[in-house]
Amino acid sequence: MNVPDNLRYAESHEWILVEGDTGTVGITEHAQAELTDIVFAEPPAVGKSFKAGDVAAVVESVKAASDIYSPVSGEIIARNDALEQTPALLNTDPFGEGWIFKIRLADPAELSALKDPASYKAQIGE
Amino acid sequence: MRTPLFDSHLAAGGRIVDFAGWEMPVQYSGILDEHKTVREAAGVFDISHMGEFFVSGPACAGWLDSLLTNNATALATGHAHYSLMLNERGGVIDDLIVYRLDAEEFLLVVNAAKIDEDAAWMKSRLAEGVTFENRSADFGALAVQGPRSGEIFEKLFGRSMPHERNRVLEIGDGFIVTTGYTGEKGFEWIMPAAEATSSWERTLAAGAKPCGLGARDTLRLEMCYPLNGSDLSPDHSPLEAGLGFFVDFSKPSFIGKEALLTQKAAGPARRLVALKVVEKSPPIRPHYPVFLDGVQVAETTSGALSPSLGCGIAMAYLPAAASKPGQEIEIEVRGKKFRACVHKKPLYQKDP
Repeated sequence: MNVPDNLRYAESHEWILVEGDTGTVGITEHAQAELTDIVFAEPPAVGKSFKAGDVAAVVESVKAASDIYSPVSGEIIARNDALEQTPALLNTDPFGEGWIFKIRLADPAELSALKDPASYKAQIGE
Repeated sequence: MRTPLFDSHLAAGGRIVDFAGWEMPVQYSGILDEHKTVREAAGVFDISHMGEFFVSGPACAGWLDSLLTNNATALATGHAHYSLMLNERGGVIDDLIVYRLDAEEFLLVVNAAKIDEDAAWMKSRLAEGVTFENRSADFGALAVQGPRSGEIFEKLFGRSMPHERNRVLEIGDGFIVTTGYTGEKGFEWIMPAAEATSSWERTLAAGAKPCGLGARDTLRLEMCYPLNGSDLSPDHSPLEAGLGFFVDFSKPSFIGKEALLTQKAAGPARRLVALKVVEKSPPIRPHYPVFLDGVQVAETTSGALSPSLGCGIAMAYLPAAASKPGQEIEIEVRGKKFRACVHKKPLYQKDP
């Protein structure tokens, strides 16, 4: 299972790519495989603010709805509208076109609470 | 509990979930793929968790007629029919398939979650001249479903599958009926538990793809086949559920008849309707609130994203006055309301 080196990970299987004060957030390849066929995604509205650990989005497979948590605190500055038309992007390209939202980091120090690739790999038994 | 096929499910990549105390595969390749397989080719489901009761003896047909809504006496040997077992209030205890094996022998196939309750209910009402045996643990069972199930039948049994629905065949120590829970052609095959694994393997080798409970649920919901425990309950009658066709009021008596007659005279207050969401929405799930003119009137009993139709579908008990096809309602998902319509059953129909 792919666990890119340039990302940090939440225990709840979200990844975050940090560029300056912006974080791009999605779900991991492991998460999409567990969720199976994703048929609906509801990314958060731009302008909304979340604390680390808040429910920021919902993705649904045929069988179940799953909450997606924001790994960091901040304000949403972009959402991936393409997921509304093509939720399967979460399955086919979870680290790329399947990104869910971009958030302006309120407190970059929160990143240290997230897992590095090695500890996330250990968590999912890779 | 596990069926005789538990290891086969793991070997086929099945993802195991709890279903009424049974460790069952919810999917293998994926629910959407399995759903499509059954609509376009052929899939096989493990239904070994379902219960098998044998009822025999000179008085058995009349006894079944006193406990079930459909007419067992009128059922010809070699045929099967759908029937319901009701409580005194006319509520549904279980829905089942009744096979007539012989003049004085029936096989009843009941829901896994209800085996103990059904057996207790029936045994406590045993009559002279009737033998009742719960042999659920002795059998495995497969459902082969899809337009290509006839080819699989031929490969398995070296003869052609009967065209007629609800035909019963006894092959070896097993029983077959041309029925199913998907709306497609197919058959259900009950065999001794010791033959379950080889039967499963032969069915896969004949070209059926393993399918799990997830696809079974979306397939049956597109057809508006009710699921006991979700769409049927001891508090709802078959008349409310739209299953009046399977109730024979000409029988002198059966448990629940009086209550049904009263309900029939007044007209059921609620009806189980099929709902189709008419705008883009999240998948609908059970227990989502249903609104009529802004007021909550029900909750969904079943719901899904229909893989065949690509929209949200559901069932719910609506007030009778609001149960006609075309009736507009709303279904609430996470605080947001989505427009839906009452739809004629079934929700999905194959192009002719």
